[in-house]
Amino acid sequence: MKLGFYPGCSLNGTAREYNESVKALAPVFGIELIDIDDWNCCGASAAHAVNRDLSLALPARTLALAEKQGFDEIVVPCAACFNRLAVAQYELNKDEMLKKSVEKSIDMTFNNDIKILNVVQFIDKYIKDKILEKISHKFEHQVACYYGCLLVRPNKIIDFDRVEDPTSLDELMQLIGATPIDWGFKTECCGASLSIARTDLVAKLSGNIVKDAADRGAEAIIVACPMCHSNLDMRRPQIDEYVGEKISTPVIYITQAIGLAVGIAPEKLGLQRHFVKVNTL
Amino acid sequence: MSKIGVFICHCGENISATVDCERVAKSASEMEGVAFATDYKYMCSDPGQSLIKNAIREYHLDGVVVGSCSPRMHEPTFRRACSEAGLNPYLCEIANLREHVSWVHEKSEATTLKAIDIVKGVVEKVRRNKPLNAIEVPITKKALVIGGGIAGIQASLDIANCGQKVILIEKGPSIGGHMSQLSETFPTLDCSQCILTPRMVEVAQHPNITLYTYAELEKLDGFIGNFKATIRLKAKSVDYNKCTGCGLCTTKCPQKKIPSEFNEGLGTRTAIFTPFPQAVPNKPAIDKEHCNYYQKGKCKVCQKFCPTGAIEYDKPDEFITEDIGAVIVTTGFNVLKTDFFPEYGYGKYKDVITGLQFERLASASGPTLGEIRRPSDGQIPKKIVFISCCGSRDPAKGIPYCSKICCMYTAKHAMLYQHKVHDGESTIFYMDVRAGGKNYEEFVRRAVEEDHVNYVRGRVARVYEKNGKLIVKGVDTLLGAKPVEIEADMVVLATAGVANKGAEELAQKMHISYDPYHFFAEAHPKLKPVETNTAGIFLAGACQAPKDIPETVASASGAAVKAVSLLSQPTLVREPIVAVVNRCAPPMFSTCVGCFMCETICPYNAIEHEEIKDRRTGKVIKTVAKINPGLCQGCGTCVSFCRSKSIDIQGYTNEEMFAEVTALLNK
Repeated sequence: MKLGFYPGCSLNGTAREYNESVKALAPVFGIELIDIDDWNCCGASAAHAVNRDLSLALPARTLALAEKQGFDEIVVPCAACFNRLAVAQYELNKDEMLKKSVEKSIDMTFNNDIKILNVVQFIDKYIKDKILEKISHKFEHQVACYYGCLLVRPNKIIDFDRVEDPTSLDELMQLIGATPIDWGFKTECCGASLSIARTDLVAKLSGNIVKDAADRGAEAIIVACPMCHSNLDMRRPQIDEYVGEKISTPVIYITQAIGLAVGIAPEKLGLQRHFVKVNTL
Repeated sequence: MSKIGVFICHCGENISATVDCERVAKSASEMEGVAFATDYKYMCSDPGQSLIKNAIREYHLDGVVVGSCSPRMHEPTFRRACSEAGLNPYLCEIANLREHVSWVHEKSEATTLKAIDIVKGVVEKVRRNKPLNAIEVPITKKALVIGGGIAGIQASLDIANCGQKVILIEKGPSIGGHMSQLSETFPTLDCSQCILTPRMVEVAQHPNITLYTYAELEKLDGFIGNFKATIRLKAKSVDYNKCTGCGLCTTKCPQKKIPSEFNEGLGTRTAIFTPFPQAVPNKPAIDKEHCNYYQKGKCKVCQKFCPTGAIEYDKPDEFITEDIGAVIVTTGFNVLKTDFFPEYGYGKYKDVITGLQFERLASASGPTLGEIRRPSDGQIPKKIVFISCCGSRDPAKGIPYCSKICCMYTAKHAMLYQHKVHDGESTIFYMDVRAGGKNYEEFVRRAVEEDHVNYVRGRVARVYEKNGKLIVKGVDTLLGAKPVEIEADMVVLATAGVANKGAEELAQKMHISYDPYHFFAEAHPKLKPVETNTAGIFLAGACQAPKDIPETVASASGAAVKAVSLLSQPTLVREPIVAVVNRCAPPMFSTCVGCFMCETICPYNAIEHEEIKDRRTGKVIKTVAKINPGLCQGCGTCVSFCRSKSIDIQGYTNEEMFAEVTALLNK
């Protein structure tokens, strides 16, 4: 089984371990992920705030390329990239004139009917059914599943999971032997791209998230978004300063957790790359 | 040669400002078959009507065309005038020169020409019109009321007090409905039970009312004035003729932990039970799903203890059929399931409850005897949060409409809480406070000003538990979108009002329409608010949309008047605008070939089979369609479906319509 793969900038930079873990997990389940050739920036966090045409043309180009390269489905692990690609697809399918003008700016025509999967949809569709037979090391830990803001939104476009109280990550973690905790911050804002401009705000927002998870006994926070990850993990010194204590709860990707459960070596999953060390899992 | 009179109305200046009425009348007088034509400023006025009547008599007119406003407005007026002058009213028609011409066009030559064309078309139609007579249908003088909530109770009493017979059926073991569950009622804070229970007793004792509880409508056949209702009397396992209502069985039943529906799951009941002490009838029934005997085959404790031998197991449901003249549907509403907003934690946290559950807590007959104690540990909550619009006005997750009653009951809840817990602190998160109604706004102000209820304008994002408290996370949009966090002891959700379970199924049984939310649809939202599109079936209460008690009672009385005005007539007179299958001389008898396509598509079940028999031998020659004029609503669907063109709508026959259209096209 071959699927298209759109890494986006994060998975080539700050979230290398996300890339490594997705790429390590797929072959275990007989799936080959092939990068879309000549992919470009999705425009996330900046383009849609500045220029609507640009914010649609950027993802449209990637979608058109994927289509030309013969993919029916593409996997987009980064929640922000996924959101931009899905929104662009929806907006262009809704408005024929807009699609024509975007096609003109990217100098390509396309059907715009490729199926875009985020990481949870990808796991649900291709991995979930076979997880139990592949598990070698049950992931028997208390975890806090953190969805962030983009993974299941906007609901009317993405139409997967419950928007205010999602459960898909919890279900997956339960499947591999973990105990998801009941907590109040699963969709709270982590501060997102304010990480650079307003680190203080991110320390506060992400701090509340990390503290609640730690207070309730979570041994790890499970995420599926590079932005959430970098805020909860890389900004931990600022977080510790804000909450006034040192919190050592690691933040790992869903693909890393499943990878560990099916017996993939930690370094192949990039677990050594986190700022908050993953020693306890 | 026909003698048509044409009367062009100026409608003050409504028509004459853009149409040259004088010229229209002059042109009409030159049309074929027109014997008289004139124009007048207000044709609907007394002198206008006299003008028509005198012309009919003087010129022996055999048809009248009035060029005026929409037929919806004054067709009945002009037809009555014609009838008074001796002309069959159905030979009078309206050419709509106001809505179709003057109101939609500028003053111009073309506008006047269009008016002339329309008059010409109608003249051609009226030349072919045939005199019609109103249809008389007999009436069964008995009403069926479905649903024993306050709407059903009010409607039944109103009809019964007019001297007409009523059958009231209620699917539960007692009448009373949601109102019997309420604590106190806004805006007067009078006790719900105190104003309701006397009426429940009145229903049970009224000589004109037959009450069937534990009963459901199985089937409804027939038509206005002549319905036949099949009612399922569900087996209660108790013989009500022998039962004295002593209640011994309910104290002895070993199944004691069944969540009580009446207490919204906050209390328990037994398997043989009366839902509440003031129930009408105050006699128990066995809930088979929870009864040891029905589930496991043995127990029979109730039978052993019953002093009058009233327990009768394994009796099947009974069916009765009743002839009915009118039906009133009062099946009420339900509250939205809580899975629309999992983020509020209903079901996960015991102290997150619905508004209806709060009613039970606040009610003197409730599980805490009216003390506000939270379900988890029975403590008195010192901080309570009410969240309004749970699911209402939320097209993304819930329902797009406003549930209407929640703003008021939430204000009432907070007020009752403050009256009972003096050192308590109550907060209401709201979107808007919609307090439209007599003394409603004053009531809300009282909650704010006298009872110091804290109103916060903003939505709640999430409720979660931390250190034994419920953390309510919301926003105060009036303070610059400031995030608000309240550590509450109890949270009450004002869940949206939705259509009752099974509403769709019931609507299909009765052939009435319902809206996308499964609320029953009125015939007209403003002018026919209690009628359905099916003649003889009326609506009242919250089965139409969420309604509060005053509105429910008003609509129930409205529906009752409609039913009584129908039942009090000796026979039913209906417009003859119905479909007719043609009949002709033998050996054809009718061009109908008996394919009964019409039967499959008729939305009103009006198509019947008629066997045409040889007069001497009695042998069936042909089976053809016949339309029941009592059921037919004149929609015309059968006309367009009929393959042999054997059906016509009286007053709108193919011949008449073609003549009108041809006249419009051939100038």
